[in-house]
Amino acid sequence: MDVQEVIDSLPRYVQPLLVTVEVTLASAALALVVAFALGLMTSSKHLAVRTPARVFVEFIRGSSVVVQLFWFAFAMPVVLGIQFDYAIVAGIIALGLNYGAYCSEVVRGAIAAVPKGQLEASLAVNFTPFQRLRLVVLPQAWPEMIPSLCAFAIMLLKASALVSLISVTDLTAMAGLIGGRDGGVNQLPHYALILVVYFILAWLIWTGMRALERKAKRGLGVDAKQVKGRLTPAVAEKGLT
Amino acid sequence: MQNPTSDSRPLIRFDRVNKSFGDLTVLDRLSFDVAPGERVTLIGPSGSGKTTILRLLMTLEHVTPAKDPAAEGGVIWVEGEPLSHMEKGGKLVVANERHLRQVRKKIGMVFQSFNLFPNMRVLRNVTEAQVHTLGRSKDEAEAKARELLDLVGLSAKVDNYPSQLSGGQQQRVAIARALAMDPDILLLDEVTSALDPELVADVLGVLRDVADTTSITMLIVTHEMGFARDVSNRVMMFDRGQIVEEGAPDEIFSDPREARTQDFLRAVLAE
Repeated sequence: MDVQEVIDSLPRYVQPLLVTVEVTLASAALALVVAFALGLMTSSKHLAVRTPARVFVEFIRGSSVVVQLFWFAFAMPVVLGIQFDYAIVAGIIALGLNYGAYCSEVVRGAIAAVPKGQLEASLAVNFTPFQRLRLVVLPQAWPEMIPSLCAFAIMLLKASALVSLISVTDLTAMAGLIGGRDGGVNQLPHYALILVVYFILAWLIWTGMRALERKAKRGLGVDAKQVKGRLTPAVAEKGLT
Repeated sequence: MQNPTSDSRPLIRFDRVNKSFGDLTVLDRLSFDVAPGERVTLIGPSGSGKTTILRLLMTLEHVTPAKDPAAEGGVIWVEGEPLSHMEKGGKLVVANERHLRQVRKKIGMVFQSFNLFPNMRVLRNVTEAQVHTLGRSKDEAEAKARELLDLVGLSAKVDNYPSQLSGGQQQRVAIARALAMDPDILLLDEVTSALDPELVADVLGVLRDVADTTSITMLIVTHEMGFARDVSNRVMMFDRGQIVEEGAPDEIFSDPREARTQDFLRAVLAE
């Protein structure tokens, strides 16, 4: 094991680190869009809207993400004649759809958890269905979603390593490349290095999400440091006046 | 206060209204009228259908429609227009969302559990619907909201979130929110039942003010018999979805004729 060798090779990790960050951010953005679209669709009272979304979510969740990745990277160009210029795009789409399907359940659950009285009150002041969603339901559901979405974002970061399987050179692929030289004598320190890098990235996501959650809770008049869980009028009466 | 019977056309008419939840019949061919400006208190044991009547008027629930509304009724009317139904090709059919949005404008409701929007500060709770559903300008809505928040004694709390208010304060904001929409009819559904006893008087005080200073028609479901006696012109005693007895508050509270009313009042006043 040669620590100096690892230190010398650090510059070669810069580009792969950016690839990992790019895959994670881009597929997270796609996942968020997919999650809200599917989450709203699966919350619909109309069967014709709910059913296709439900089928899509269950299919994606029920099949392997690795196979989905291969499908977008290798099968789709052959079957549908669609070829991405870069394998990374196939990786982003596969991860974005997969995590979007999982996160749609978080969105659906948070929407369902908005108290019925809120819907009745927004009906009583004559909001349209879209206004009810935009002004009342989503602003209240959003803070509830953040902790679960944070967990999925960290899982997505770790799953981004799968793009190394479709010849994208991310952190994992680079550690394999460098560590594999000279018969693989330096595999241990290189993989140890990227373990720490993944951990630091995960910690950054977690810190960002915590800040986001505190901001969202403040938008409900709640100090997240003082009050845990959903605030009820009873809590408000006893705790905060 | 204006004479509630001066206008011959009823403001609200329940015409043989049915409402069932599955096998459970809550209202069975219920008919009654409310005149403009009248304050009607609905009393009766729980499950007697009082709250359902308010929820039907607010269109939170929908009537169980009769096959032929022209012959069998089953329709709620407000200001001579059908509320639960709409006219289509000369016939009454069950109302769609668009019709409901049209008729809902005339009605406001205050809920037992306040239901303020926790994601909006007090002022925005009162202005938001004015802007989005009545099309008022932001300044106009704010002026109206500040006036009403002053009326309910909460001018100092405009920038607070509902979670920072007591239950009684939240309910007073909810009253302001309902009044801001200038409804013709105000529905009060057990508005003090969720409050600690020491907070009840403030809320009832505000409602007494509203009753004294406006001619708004009110339907009130409450267990506060003193309040009902002071504010209402008519009390209707319900049991199992039917009117057992109705009359002026003094008659009903001092000299009820029906045994079921006597039993109910005895039970409530013993609390």
